[in-house]
Amino acid sequence: MSHVLVVYTDDEPGVLTRVASLFRRRGFNIHSLTVGPTERERVSRMTIVVDADEILARRAVEHLRKLVNVLEVQQLDRARKVVRDLALVRVKAGPEIRSRVLELVQVFRANVVDIAEDSLVIECTGNLEKIEALVEMLRPYGILEVGRTGAVALARGSRAGARRTLATVPGTDGPQTMSV
Amino acid sequence: MKQSGAQIIWECLVREGVDTVFGYPGGAILPAYDAMLGYPIRHVLVRHEQSAAHMADGYARASGRVGVVVATSGPGATNLVTGLATAMMDSSPVVAITGQVGSALLGTDAFQEVDITGITLPITKHNYLVTRAADVAPALREAFAVARSGRPGPVLVDITKDAQQGLAELDWEGAVPSRHLRHIPPFPDEKELAAAAELINAAHRPLILAGHGIQLSGARAEVLSFAERGDVPFAITLLGLGAVPATHPLSLGMMGMHGEAWVNHAIQEADLLLAFGMRFDDRVTGKLREYAPNAKKIHIDIDPSEINKIVPVDLALGGDLKAVLEALLPLVQVADRSAWLDRIRSWKGDSAVRDIKNLPDEGHLYAAHVMNDLWRLTKGGAVVVSDVGQHQMWEAQYYHHDAERSLITSGGAGTMGFALPAAIGAKLARPDAEDWVVAGDGGFQMTFAELITTVQEQVKVNIAVINNGYLGMVRQWQELFYEGRYAATPILSPDFVKLAEAFGIPGIRVQRRGEVAEAVARAREAQGTVLVEFRVEQEDSVYPMVPAGAALHEMIRRPAPSAIAETGSDPV
Repeated sequence: MSHVLVVYTDDEPGVLTRVASLFRRRGFNIHSLTVGPTERERVSRMTIVVDADEILARRAVEHLRKLVNVLEVQQLDRARKVVRDLALVRVKAGPEIRSRVLELVQVFRANVVDIAEDSLVIECTGNLEKIEALVEMLRPYGILEVGRTGAVALARGSRAGARRTLATVPGTDGPQTMSV
Repeated sequence: MKQSGAQIIWECLVREGVDTVFGYPGGAILPAYDAMLGYPIRHVLVRHEQSAAHMADGYARASGRVGVVVATSGPGATNLVTGLATAMMDSSPVVAITGQVGSALLGTDAFQEVDITGITLPITKHNYLVTRAADVAPALREAFAVARSGRPGPVLVDITKDAQQGLAELDWEGAVPSRHLRHIPPFPDEKELAAAAELINAAHRPLILAGHGIQLSGARAEVLSFAERGDVPFAITLLGLGAVPATHPLSLGMMGMHGEAWVNHAIQEADLLLAFGMRFDDRVTGKLREYAPNAKKIHIDIDPSEINKIVPVDLALGGDLKAVLEALLPLVQVADRSAWLDRIRSWKGDSAVRDIKNLPDEGHLYAAHVMNDLWRLTKGGAVVVSDVGQHQMWEAQYYHHDAERSLITSGGAGTMGFALPAAIGAKLARPDAEDWVVAGDGGFQMTFAELITTVQEQVKVNIAVINNGYLGMVRQWQELFYEGRYAATPILSPDFVKLAEAFGIPGIRVQRRGEVAEAVARAREAQGTVLVEFRVEQEDSVYPMVPAGAALHEMIRRPAPSAIAETGSDPV
């Protein structure tokens, strides 16, 4: 079973190590982890997909909250969330099969972002199932390489929960110390 | 006025109320040591950095204040690792300051460079790499705040040599920390408190599991009011000993692997467990599937990650124990639970007959007798710092701790060699207290170099080495679970009396029960440190014992005296 955790952290060197180390040490299985900047300066946002049951996922949240660098942790609701993954797939596509591959690209509303003599690079965005499905459909043609970002997720609806919470988290505007 | 980073370190320590640090100098921390002489802080020079970390830990546990340890880069820093892990496991507030190579050399495998922030990441609450003088004060202020707030623990601040040498303004106010306040657990609401009270008031066989959190929270009075109001007995964890008084009428004694039989039976029979600042360590639960099968469970802890970690509970009240109990107390009905208490007392009766104290005194020396004699001779008033192993369990069973912070021991980590250095730290934190190290012959040999530290620093600790010629607890496991194959457990010791003399310390050897009192008296009267070696029964074992993996009621009991064995009556 997978759970999606959104973790807001200080944008400082070593924070990713702290989070990764915590997951390794406590035996939580990371399916994917993405990290990037947010709308706020000096705050990073991680989307972590964990393979865990409900109790384990909740424990991961509590452990994450103990990290000094962590501002806020949210466990996204199973139903009410948007999850997107981006994949780049290099697939064999000689002249004789190229049109069939291009049809698939259309059906999946993916894009061709590079063309070589005998291969294409396809860019596809979507939820995990859609990407898995595209990759499966392309497999018979000969997949040469797959690069995936891992999931990025937001809660659905208008609640700007994270932003409201973050404004009240101590130490987001104060002087930053070098923290590994 | 600009100051060096090194001066800022000491200025911060003084402002944080630090009067003593434990450490060992070296290249990368030299600027800090050079600046130290200008500040009113006592430095205790150790013989190994591991001991310095244990001293800071002992200082913290004895006083509740943050203990501070200073070491240089590389091996100086790595030698702290065991001490920091020990403090982490037992929630002890320690700040470690390490020197680091110059920032330009970081990552180049420079002389005495190690990635100590990487190494200590999982064994500290937080750590810092400071590379600029201006960052020293914010890092140190936050380190102290993190170490002492919430569930306390160790924090390491690694400061490069150039950050110590560089100049900066000390902006104390600008460095006020706040990130440690990020995740204070929400205080239980009225509904949760009412639900807890309902469970408590309806319980016929409630039992408090009294843990270390009582000490850390300062909740002794609240716990006792709660117990007395509801007529609820309490069982105590190893680190909870002293947090509540052992001789209180509602005190049952220590629970767990070497807890008394009646205590573990009470846990198994209880219909409500009230876990107060404890974390269901595997040494207190035994086999989880059969742990307290009849009991609802309420867990009060300041660390939300402890809730449902090991034992699923029916109700969790997050927060500082003292505050939660203050809110809960008015809801708890005054009750009479004498039927339950009588039942526990009936189990106790049987155990009393089996007690080692009731063995015929044939002059042989048993460690349990030594501990019990030490308790009587010191009138229970000493701070005992025990090491790890059989003697630690006998101490816990037979030295009855009434006073707070009167037992200091490595519980979670089980760090051999802890006792002597931790006792030095404890003595410096509370100079008026009478300190007793209780160590085995194995653990004592790990850190006895610190004997000379007690001489150089004129720190008086009394030392009881319980010498049975074995790594006794491991030997006991080999006897019980490995068919008596004593692999690597017989251990030779030096002549402890001569050893003590070599350090300029009086040494006394005790071989018979009748000699215990005089030796203890001589140690107590002496000005400085005294080492008393007790040559005890070699192949004695600690009972009762719950074998690893067995349920709490499946104890190996103390051998019953023959009279009882013949009648075959065993009420438990």
